[in-house]
Amino acid sequence: MKHLDPEALRRGNRLALSRALTAVENGDRAGQELISALFPHTGKAYLIGITGAPGTGKSTLVNQLARAFKKNSPSGEQLKIAIVAVDPTSPFTGGALLGDRIRMQDLMGDPDIFIRSMASRGALGGLAHSTAAFTTLLDGAGFDLILVETVGAGQAEVDIAQLAHTVIVVEAPGLGDDIQAIKAGILEIGDILVVNKADQPGAENTVRALQAMLEMAQGGGSLPVAGKHMRQSHTGPEQPKETQPDWKTPVQPLVATEGQGVTDLVDAIKAHRDYLRQSGLWQVKEAQRLEKDLQALIRDHLVQNWQQGVDPKHYAAVLQDLIDRKISPLEAMESLT
Amino acid sequence: MAERKIRVLVAKPGLDGHDRGAKVVARALRDEGMEVIYTGLRQTPEMIAEAALQEDVDVIGISILSGAHNALVPAIIDKINEAGMEDVIVFVGGIIPENDIPGLKAHGVYKVYGPGTDTKQVAEDIRLAIQAQSA
Repeated sequence: MKHLDPEALRRGNRLALSRALTAVENGDRAGQELISALFPHTGKAYLIGITGAPGTGKSTLVNQLARAFKKNSPSGEQLKIAIVAVDPTSPFTGGALLGDRIRMQDLMGDPDIFIRSMASRGALGGLAHSTAAFTTLLDGAGFDLILVETVGAGQAEVDIAQLAHTVIVVEAPGLGDDIQAIKAGILEIGDILVVNKADQPGAENTVRALQAMLEMAQGGGSLPVAGKHMRQSHTGPEQPKETQPDWKTPVQPLVATEGQGVTDLVDAIKAHRDYLRQSGLWQVKEAQRLEKDLQALIRDHLVQNWQQGVDPKHYAAVLQDLIDRKISPLEAMESLT
Repeated sequence: MAERKIRVLVAKPGLDGHDRGAKVVARALRDEGMEVIYTGLRQTPEMIAEAALQEDVDVIGISILSGAHNALVPAIIDKINEAGMEDVIVFVGGIIPENDIPGLKAHGVYKVYGPGTDTKQVAEDIRLAIQAQSA
């Protein structure tokens, strides 16, 4: 297969990158070999996950974040940003409508920004099976910042927590009461909570409910507040942290369509990045992620080996016994493995 | 687990303010099991070619109602070829006078569909074209 040259990727050839992503997504051997070739060059990119319920404004926020990061990057330094946006695959037809780019038109024409849409292809954790591999490839291709937008997620789509360094959970007013806020799931994985559409009625209540939830989780004490206020409550902007405190999840109200509050969010992301670096959690997270990827690879490999080794006739017979309820699922499994 | 999917970019160039047709086609191709990327209204040929490249699509469907197809479609195809994606299959949907169709096809358009086209036919044509490519 042509166009799968790791050097072309590292030189910034966008067609080569795009074709490589397709190969990885389709599980081609060439794609996997490319990742192996690039792997020694990875581990440099900063991964930000953006998750939240459908319609909360994730894509619009990603668009604004990419713009804000470009604007705030030190002059002379060309920040390369990649965006991976995942939308759901229909469980009935296998097709997908990927519409996240509609909100990202501001970013078109920038040679340092690369946007790729992905269908979830049956994966259930809010990402696609190969999203992690995509980020490895983009990392190896020299992108400094990778923004990963999940499927519009409800309560259990928490895979992004394993993948990203900083997870932003986007909420909007009117989505639920304070009981929703203390359920397990998506809110627990947020390093930063965003209340988007903060110009709409009820936004203050949402902010308050989230702050109360965080306060409970962190055992009382002072209210966790947004990055901007956190700095004001100290004496100086660069107050050194003598004892490494736990990260206090900020709640950031913003209006993504207007770009309001986005600069504060960028500050909060940078504060979280500094926190990860200083506390050593960065390495811990990376190690956990690599181990999880390894386990997933082993699992896939074992399943493939099993599939190749099983006699289809025997399989069909056992399956029929199971359907006829002659044997239990456990017994069926044991006679097939 | 890993499977090859047909990826289609549905593009809406120029100044039409109405994209019902584009959305109907996008939805229909989704229901045919394809991955459809829709980028919204008022795209320039450069934006369409860039999206096609980043998404590595197999097919681009261009929807035009404004009458500017003789200018826009060749411009888009030129940009796509410049990007190194000569193998992408391009179809056009919208209000295209009979007389203009041969010119568009000569510039590399695979099929032109008018109002009332059965979307199943579009999906079938796409599959055939892709089969012919990989054969």
